[in-house]
Amino acid sequence: MWDWNYALSIVPDLLSAVGLTIAATIVGFFLAVILGLVFTLLVRSDNKVVSGIANGIIKFVRNTPLLVQLYFIFYVFPQFGLTLSPFVAGVLGLGLHYSTYLSEVFRSGIDSVPQGQWEVATALNFTKRKTWTRIILPQSIPPVLPVIGNYFITMFKETPLLSAITLTEILQTAKNIGAGTFRYVEPFTLVGVLFLLLSYPASLLVKQAEKRIAEKYSV
Amino acid sequence: MNFWEIVVFLVREGVGVTIALTILSAIVALVLGFAAGLAKRSPYAVVRGIAHIYVEVFRGTSLLVQLFWIYFVLPMFGLTLSAMTAAVVAIGLNFGAYVSEVVRSGIESVPEGQLEASVALNLSKRQRMRRVVLPQAFILMLPNLGNQLIELFKSTSLVSLITLTDLTYQANLLNGSTLETTKIYTALLLIYFVLAWPLTKGMQLLERKLTEGRY
Repeated sequence: MWDWNYALSIVPDLLSAVGLTIAATIVGFFLAVILGLVFTLLVRSDNKVVSGIANGIIKFVRNTPLLVQLYFIFYVFPQFGLTLSPFVAGVLGLGLHYSTYLSEVFRSGIDSVPQGQWEVATALNFTKRKTWTRIILPQSIPPVLPVIGNYFITMFKETPLLSAITLTEILQTAKNIGAGTFRYVEPFTLVGVLFLLLSYPASLLVKQAEKRIAEKYSV
Repeated sequence: MNFWEIVVFLVREGVGVTIALTILSAIVALVLGFAAGLAKRSPYAVVRGIAHIYVEVFRGTSLLVQLFWIYFVLPMFGLTLSAMTAAVVAIGLNFGAYVSEVVRSGIESVPEGQLEASVALNLSKRQRMRRVVLPQAFILMLPNLGNQLIELFKSTSLVSLITLTDLTYQANLLNGSTLETTKIYTALLLIYFVLAWPLTKGMQLLERKLTEGRY
């Protein structure tokens, strides 16, 4: 059933696709962090219309499947003259989808900064910009870092969805190999093993960081 | 085809499969999640080990890979499943792993005193779990279980990739024959949103109802 020679022969092909998968994860993640911060600030805006629209977008994105969003970006945008490569479309979709989750995480981090910190910043005549960059964000981001790390891992595991918009990441590579040889057992199994090998140690790292941060920030 | 005809077509052809799949796999996930969550607290190392391996394997690989594996690889070992069965099994197993973590942390957040009190009252182990710990833990789990249900609902769109005729599959099919791309995918997003939104609201309502008069 399981052919070791065949399995070993396809490992290099699969490994070569790992780079693309990781690249998509990292770029998507940065996009998600930046967009997530923007959403967080927009939701907190004093302008009711701005915060309402930001909230609406977050709700809509969170309540529709990533796969359909990817199809939308990849197939509908070109109808309006914006043709994107599978990689760009995939990264955009991943980034947008997870930015709505990260904005929730940032919000909870900011909410956990005691009210007194805001008052002190006002009392010390800090500008709005300085209040955010020097007082609020440095206190609200570290405690939520493990949660953010977990979302990074989650995004990594969502990258196989990009195969649906023809990006040849790991899963698509496995599919192509299978289509050429009519043997799917080894390629698909190895993809699963690869994901496990990469994401399990990463999740252990996050767990460790969580413990250390909990010790540091426990009051 | 105008926009409404597309919406009607998609709803008529795809919504049944999507909802049936959501309900069936949610049941599987809930049962597996509770079983694995309780197994993680078992006094037997073997039981804990099995639960641990199950959870880490299914949380550590992606759902789409699991779906493909169950649908395309299992037949090679002589176990051929229909697309629907494969989808229910894959989604159920995957979300069961996540639910087990919710269950475990829910049980752990029931105050220690509750367990001590039930020991003092001479309740059997079974009674302690069933009458004291689980009813309180369940309420603590609800918000997280609700989130998992929304995630599960959204992930059913993946089954279109193993040829199960859900909403997304029908949209892709329609797109292939009519090329009304913009209308079709806009309609598809809206249908998913309209289905998921009441689910989110419903879970919030249930949570409020059950926590009424507590704390």
